[in-house]
Amino acid sequence: MNWNSVGEFLAMGGYGLYVWGSFGMCALVLAGECWGVAQRRKALRELPLDDADDRNELNERPLHEA
Amino acid sequence: MSWTRYAAPQRFYPLAGRAVPWFAGLALLLTVVGLVIGLLIAPTDHQQGEAYRIIFVHVPAAWMSMIVYLVMAFWAAVGLIFNTRLASMLAVALAPTGAWMTFLALWTGALWGKPTWGTWWVWDARLTSELILLFLYIGFMSLHASIDDERRADRAAAVLALVGVVNVPIIYFSVKWWNTLHQGASVSLTKAPSMATTMLAGMLIMALAFWMYCIAVALARTRVIILEREHGTRWARQLLGNS
Repeated sequence: MNWNSVGEFLAMGGYGLYVWGSFGMCALVLAGECWGVAQRRKALRELPLDDADDRNELNERPLHEA
Repeated sequence: MSWTRYAAPQRFYPLAGRAVPWFAGLALLLTVVGLVIGLLIAPTDHQQGEAYRIIFVHVPAAWMSMIVYLVMAFWAAVGLIFNTRLASMLAVALAPTGAWMTFLALWTGALWGKPTWGTWWVWDARLTSELILLFLYIGFMSLHASIDDERRADRAAAVLALVGVVNVPIIYFSVKWWNTLHQGASVSLTKAPSMATTMLAGMLIMALAFWMYCIAVALARTRVIILEREHGTRWARQLLGNS
């Protein structure tokens, strides 16, 4: 173990800004990307489903082509 | 039955759904182990002090920025040549992840460059070619988004992705081919690594963690893209109706 106290750990030998700025941005980006995918998945519920009933059972072409 | 069976989005969708939690779990586990080694166990560097610890996120992000590009270009090519929709969807799903990895490599590189080189940025071969990689990802996504017809967008973006592949070896070998401020490779297949064992272990574990993360998030995004594109089909409507 390299650290004698939490303060020393956070200071990173004077390079705290650079080290935590790097690790922090990584955490932010990875969490943000996961959140973005979850939001996009939620938005799927807004896709039109009501047109479904008037479609022929054999017709499986995507709606935008029909 | 063969692997091509899963080229159908309808069959790939549940398969990817089962795989995502495993890759995400592995990513989480490896990140915890990697961070403990990198931040708590690995010794202080005798030249760079604690600033060198940026390596534990910088190198994994930089590796993945290149690997994701190659995988993206591969699937884009498969989609282009064999006209398989799923391959193109995989390529499109990988692009944002690759772009974020490239951004992180540049960001952490700047934060590492400042205390060690005295500058956030220099226009040298390694940094410039990595910046071009970011522009290639952004170009791929913009071009794809600008064309309404999905299959035409897939084909146009695939051509761009394939042309851009030439940049990846340029990034990788830039530190050898040109005189750059960026240090040479810390790890290579031909030489003994130029770093302490715990440092190397922490870095490789973090690289594996980033790898697992990229697979998990790209598969999750592929599932969303499948439903976005296939929502006119009966199987997708049933899935969306039940959710």
